[in-house]
Parts: sequence; structure tokens; C-alpha cells
Amino acid sequence: MADTNYDVLIIGSGPGGYVTAIRAAQLGLKTAIVEREHLGGICLNWGCIPTKALLRSAEIMDHANHAKSYGLTLEGKMTAKVEDVVARSRGVSARLNGGVGFLMKKNKIDVIWGEAKVTKPGEIVVGASSKPAVQPQNPVPKGVKGEGTYTAKHIIVATGARPRALPGIEPDGKLIWTYFEAMKPDFMPKSLVVMGSGAIGIEFASFYRSMGVDVTVVEVMSQVMPVEDAEISAIARKALEKRGMKILTEAKVAKVEKGSNSIKAHVETKDGKVQVIEADRLISAVGVVGNIENLGLEALGVKTDRGCIVIDGYGKTNVAGLYAIGDVAGPPMLAHKAEHEGVICIEKIAGVPNVHPMDKGKIPGCTYCNPQVASVGLTEAKAKEQGREIRVGRFSFGANGKAIALGEDNGLIKTIFDKKTGELIGAHMVGAEVTELIQGFVVAMNLETTEEDLMHTIFPHPTLSEMMKESVLDAYGKVLNA
Amino acid sequence: MPINITMPALSPTMEEGNMAKWHVKEGDKVSAGDVIAEIETDKATMEVEAVDEGTVGKIVIPEGTASVKVNELIAILLEDGEDASALSGGAAPKAEAAPAAAVPAPAAAQSAAPAAAAPAGPAPVTASGDRVFSSPLARRLAKQAGLDIAAISGTGPKGRVVKSDVEKAIASGTGKAAAPAAEAPKAAAAAPAAAAPAGPSKDQVLKLFEEGSYELEPHDGMRKTIAKRLTESKQTIPHFYVSVDCELDALLALRVQLNDAAPKDKDGKPAYKLSVNDMTIKALALALRDVPDANVSWTDDAMVKHKHADVGVAVSIPGGLITPIIRKAEAKALSVISNEMKDMGARAKSKKLKPEEYQGGTTAVSNMGMMGVKNFAAVVNPPHATILAVGAGEKRPVVRNDALAIATVMTVTLSTDHRCVDGALGAELLQAFKGYIENPMSMLV
Repeated sequence: MADTNYDVLIIGSGPGGYVTAIRAAQLGLKTAIVEREHLGGICLNWGCIPTKALLRSAEIMDHANHAKSYGLTLEGKMTAKVEDVVARSRGVSARLNGGVGFLMKKNKIDVIWGEAKVTKPGEIVVGASSKPAVQPQNPVPKGVKGEGTYTAKHIIVATGARPRALPGIEPDGKLIWTYFEAMKPDFMPKSLVVMGSGAIGIEFASFYRSMGVDVTVVEVMSQVMPVEDAEISAIARKALEKRGMKILTEAKVAKVEKGSNSIKAHVETKDGKVQVIEADRLISAVGVVGNIENLGLEALGVKTDRGCIVIDGYGKTNVAGLYAIGDVAGPPMLAHKAEHEGVICIEKIAGVPNVHPMDKGKIPGCTYCNPQVASVGLTEAKAKEQGREIRVGRFSFGANGKAIALGEDNGLIKTIFDKKTGELIGAHMVGAEVTELIQGFVVAMNLETTEEDLMHTIFPHPTLSEMMKESVLDAYGKVLNA
Repeated sequence: MPINITMPALSPTMEEGNMAKWHVKEGDKVSAGDVIAEIETDKATMEVEAVDEGTVGKIVIPEGTASVKVNELIAILLEDGEDASALSGGAAPKAEAAPAAAVPAPAAAQSAAPAAAAPAGPAPVTASGDRVFSSPLARRLAKQAGLDIAAISGTGPKGRVVKSDVEKAIASGTGKAAAPAAEAPKAAAAAPAAAAPAGPSKDQVLKLFEEGSYELEPHDGMRKTIAKRLTESKQTIPHFYVSVDCELDALLALRVQLNDAAPKDKDGKPAYKLSVNDMTIKALALALRDVPDANVSWTDDAMVKHKHADVGVAVSIPGGLITPIIRKAEAKALSVISNEMKDMGARAKSKKLKPEEYQGGTTAVSNMGMMGVKNFAAVVNPPHATILAVGAGEKRPVVRNDALAIATVMTVTLSTDHRCVDGALGAELLQAFKGYIENPMSMLV
């Protein structure tokens, strides 16, 4: 009889689940992971990774369209072959999907194929998936275990999230898309309405705009990327509009009329006026909701709140032996938050000393539209809302040598310090490559540096990163190149 | 290749010592086992033996130097054939040399390990662990709150002091005020002891007295330790006190009986001579055995529940006091306790106690009865949770069956750390103690 008892069972192999599984194996725990559709989860099959592949195509397109300003002439016109762009993106996903399978094998983690239901504390039953797999699907990895009953001392729910659907504007996979369809278009639409300007919405809007599509973004909040600092968001909006994107804020899609191969979106603005926007497709990007259904959680009395499982700082639910991490355990719904939450959870389970609970104040966020946006910590408005006295530093891309040399002279790096203690409490960026820059400030915040340490740090010249230091200097009236 | 001799760690907790005396001078030949120096630690003077042979090339730390950090270079030994020129060239010899000094057995086995591990640092002159790992923000917050960062225990990676630790210290008021002339932060390991009691400065005190009307006597290690530990105790331990009177007549009678029965050797010297104090030690140990919840030590994370009663006994010595410990006193015969006390008491007075003989313990007895003190309260000496202050046994009127009678009565006061021994528990312990004192035969069975 096959051994079906484990120290840890993890439900869901997204970035939270599979990283937790590897850490569990490193800690010497007998570990298995249950997956119903694709190793690596949404992130690397239908989320973070394949969109980065699409946006890379868009970026090259944008550069080519500006070749002339670099003294280069492109004979003829640069065109995108949509099926090839999509094929490249799917290839990137497939490669990483295989990589997760390899990592499971390497770490001797059993992969159980199917949909799990927690039948009682310490036990799950794995059956056939109740959800049809998104196509094209990668092949089921070799050597997986099948349906049946499995037991473990600790069960970690890492089932992630799925697109939220607004009543009356439910995605149909044909005219109203979610990220699944937007990621693998079989034709290039001429026009699009993007509903929602969070990271997912604005990235697709940016991609399709680069591909020459007529894009209108509709956002109910007063700014695009509502979680970002208002000043950064305003700069990003202006840049996106300059690229030809139409953006309506404090506006709501009230109704969608479906035609045979197009839609009519009735958009209501703040002043009560309704305008009808006709487009080939509408992308619904109004957030995601946790996958808490069909897991047997209700029967066990697991506490949930607004579609997410309630946990403590270490991933523990109110039911002994049951844990949750990642999107299903609440916002921010980001892969790197899930990974870290998983590591904290499993290290706590294994009794690793000095495990600290999740500090949600230090989770960075990156959006890969053009221009990129990245941030960590409090926005200026949030800091003020908390009643903190602050110092704010700013430095523009237009005064940075490397940015000018790159031809990327539009952007801003903004830093926010606690006035009394010099603690770096927020950093916000918009402009070229900022998603790679933000980590410098994340490290600084995590090590609890003050402005003094940042000022004593040497930043290489010429780099975009010099702007980070200048922004810190500016907060203290010592800026050099502005 | 010259051999570095560094300040040895004479006990696992030793951080620094005073260079009391050199037994050798530059140019002297030494062989392994020769006593080369005497080191005064907080409570004992210990001899340092050479572990290599050679010629004393240079004495780096002169006699009388106070507070020499463990692993600091104190002397350089030249090997056969090397002359003083080997010392020139400025740089002290590399740290690869094994620590050339060891302490006399039996402490050697314990102390060798920490000493041997330390010279790995690149600069032997620099005492290891001089740095408090702390975040810049934690340091700034501590500074703004006037707290000594070294006195805050860190919860970050590898014990790094982080923002939340400082905030916790501020909120709970457990932080220590930074010394007025705070130099570099002290070693993290020294945290519990590092912050000096922030009393008035020397100048502030001296200007209250006419010049020439006093003499200044610098503190020795013992005085500093007493000041530090007792200040810490009174500041961090919530003390409370329970007193009880014990009738001693039965105990005094038994004592005479037992001492009379002591076997004598050929010179007529008895094998033991019990004192009231010896019997007090035993009674307290047995009481702790009976009330194990009071035989504990406080730590922030957990209660340390001891399996034996190790009773420290305060011994007054010139310049201070020291508390040698009778280990597992609950299981020792009175004669054994008595003889151990005599031996350790004598060695305490000549400062020859080994650290392991006076460090630790689960409780203590302080007896001032012989000085006619009726009643006093002692300061708990952590890691103890209790200390018993014993007054004089004196004839007092007592009421027995509604009539006045005369009895020999001794008042004892138990000081306890309220964090781990609550009022009722302290009272229970004293009741058990009183039971043994008033029915002393029960100590013998």
C-alpha cells in the first residue's frame, strides 16, 4: 500500500505553495503538494510570468517605434504577429512549469494530482478537478500520485485566487475577457475597454496600447493604480495618456451591451453622465477573489472574511493543524507575499527559532506597464493619515544622466521618512526599470536603515539607482543634481 | 614564532578581569604549568598558568590594570631561539597561536572552550564581541529614548536589536538608561550587566564635601559587581517580603545532642560541629523540596523549575560579600553541609573560591543572627527567586496555652521575586521551613 501519510500537505502549487513545499523539505518534513491544474499556479502559468513575456514584446515594439530618436532607421514597419507573441509567452510559462516539476522531484516532494477537500483535521480526499483546465494546458507531470485519501499533521491551504466577476458584466470568454483570454488573444482587437486599473488592468492596457490597440481604461477610484502614491499615479497617467491611452477615473461601467463581435460599454462618470464606448472586447480586471470554495472549510468551521481565510501572523487558521497562505489568506495578493508567508508558516511549524510574523508594511509592489511603477511602504497620503510627521524627498528622471542617455527621462523617485526618527517609511517610483530599483529600498527598510545610512551608501555612477540616493538627499535638503 | 598570551576566560560568564599580579617579568623563562599571573575577577583571584614554554618577551598589560577584556593580549611569549627582535615589526603576532594561558584545574576544562574559540578574530588586541548588533533605526530610537542599546535584548536575526525590541523596551519600561558618558556600546553578551546604575556622578557627590575631608578608594571588581547586581535586582525584580517567628529550643537541643555524638579522631577533634546556620540551610533546602513551585528561576520566556535546592550562603568577607553554594542541599547530610560550609567559608575569605562554587544557585540564606540583628530583609540575587534573611535567636516571651512562657525565638524574613513566587507560595515555603526548624528531627529522616 502506498504511503499516504505526511508531515505536511500543501494544497495548491502556486508560488506560495511550491516554495513552502521546498522549504518544508529543507526542514526535513515529509511533504506533498496537491495541484489540480498546473504546477506553478496562476503566477507562472497565467499571471506574473507570461504577462512579463507579453510586455517584453510590447517594450521592444515601443523602442522600435522610437528608433529614429536614437539615430536608427528601421526599414519598413514593425508589426506584431499576435500568434507568435502569444506563443513566446506560452513557451516561457511552459519552461518554468517544467522547472517547478523538477524542483519538486529534486526536493523529494510528492505531487498529488487532483482537487483536494479537507474532510477532517489532518485528512484530505483528492478527487477529480471540478474546474475545466484552462487551455492550452501543460502535460500532467510524470510520477504524480492520484486520487485518494491522504493524511498529514499539518495542512496548508494555498489555493490562490481567481478573477472577480461583476454582476451583469460576467466574463464570457468571448466578448468579455478575463486575464486568461487577454493573455492568449487569437486576434489583435482594434479597440478595448479595460475595466479596472489595478496592476492587472493597467498592464494589459499598456500591452495592447503598445500593440496599437485603441484602449480606454475605466476606473472607479480617483486615480489609476489606486493603491499607489497619488503623485506617482498622476505621472504614470500622464505618460499613459501621452501614449494614446484614454483613461476615465471616478467612472464606472454600468452596463455592457454585447454585439456579435463587439461590445458597447455604458460608462457612468461622476457627474452622472453616461457615455457609450464601443469596442471589440472588454477586459474585466476588477480584482481577484480567494479560492475558498469546495475545500470543506465550511464544515470544519474555518473562519473567513470577505472571501479570504482568516489567519494569524504565522498562517494559522482557527482550526488546529490547518493553515493558509497567499492570496487565499488575504491581501495584498502578490506572489512574493505568498512565498514569504509560506516560509514563515512552515518555519513556525518546524519550530525554527525566532520566526517573525509577516510585516505587511514592507511588501513591495511592482506594475510593469510603460512607464513602470514600483513602491514599498506608506504613501504620502497614508503616512499623513496616520498622523505621522514626515519628510518627503523627490528626484526626477530628467536630472539623471543615465536616464537621459537611455532616452527615458520621464519619471520620479519619491521617498518618505519619519521626521523624528529618520525611518524610511515609504518609497515610490515611476519610470524606466523602477521595478528592479525598488528592492534597494526594500532591503534598506528591512534592515531598518535611517536616512543617514542611505546617505553614507555609495551608489554606482552612472545608474538610475543614483536617483534613489538623490531622493533621500532631497528629503533632507541636500540634493546635489537638482 | 612568538606566542600570544591573552586574558583567559576563567569562567563561562567572565568578560573582563583585573591584572592583579605578574609572577614573571620580561626575560624570565617559563615552562608549561608555571604560574605566571594572578587575575582578579569580580569575586575571586585566580592563578594563570603557562601552557607553553618559552621566554617572556613582553608584558603588554602591566600589573594593576583594571578591567582587561577576555582575549585581550596580555603578554607575548618567545619560543626557543627567538629573541626580542621577533617582537619588532610592530604587528602583534598573528592570532593563530593557541591561547597560551589556561587556568588551574579543575576550572580549566570549563573555561578552555570559550577561550580557545576566541582568538579567531584578526586582531587579538581587540576584545571579541565588542559590537552590539542592532539596526540603525533601533540605535536611533534607543538614543532618543535615552536607553542603552546594549541592555535591550534583540529578537532580529542572530539576536540583532531591531525597532520592535526598542519599542517594547520603551513601552514596558524595561530599558536601562544609557550611562551619561556612554562610550561605545558594550558587548551584547554583557547586556544584563552593562548599564551602570545611573546615580549621581562622582563630581556631583564630591562637591558636597570639603576637599581633604575624605579619601577616595577606587572600587574593586567585587564592589562593582555587588553594586551592579543588586541595583539590577532591585530595579527589575518586584520584591515582596514574608516574615515568621520560629521557636528554636528543640533545634538547639538536637544540635547539642548531635555535636556531642560526633565521632572524634585520634587528636580528639570531632568529625563535625553543626551550627544553627547549617541547620537553617538544610531546613530551607528541604522546604524547597516540599514546595517545588518556589524552587524556580524567572526568565522572560519560561519558568525554570529546579530539581534540586542549591542554597547560596552569604559570607561576609573584607570589602564585600560572596555567596558560596551548597549544591543539592536537600539531599546532603547536616554533617556534609556543615563541613562544606566551613571549607568554602574559609576559602571565600581568602578569595580562593572558584566561579562555579559561587555562581548559580536556586536560593540563598543571609544570616545576621550572630551580630544580634533581630530582623531584616535581603535583596534577591538572581537567578534565585528567594532569599531568607535570618535574625538572632533570642529568648522572648511567648504565649502557650494562654500563659506566658519563655522560648528561644528567631525571626526570619523571606524576600521573593514576585514574578515567579507569589504571596501564598512564599508563605507556604516559610511554613514548611518553620516546620523543619521547630521539629528538627524531621530533618534527619
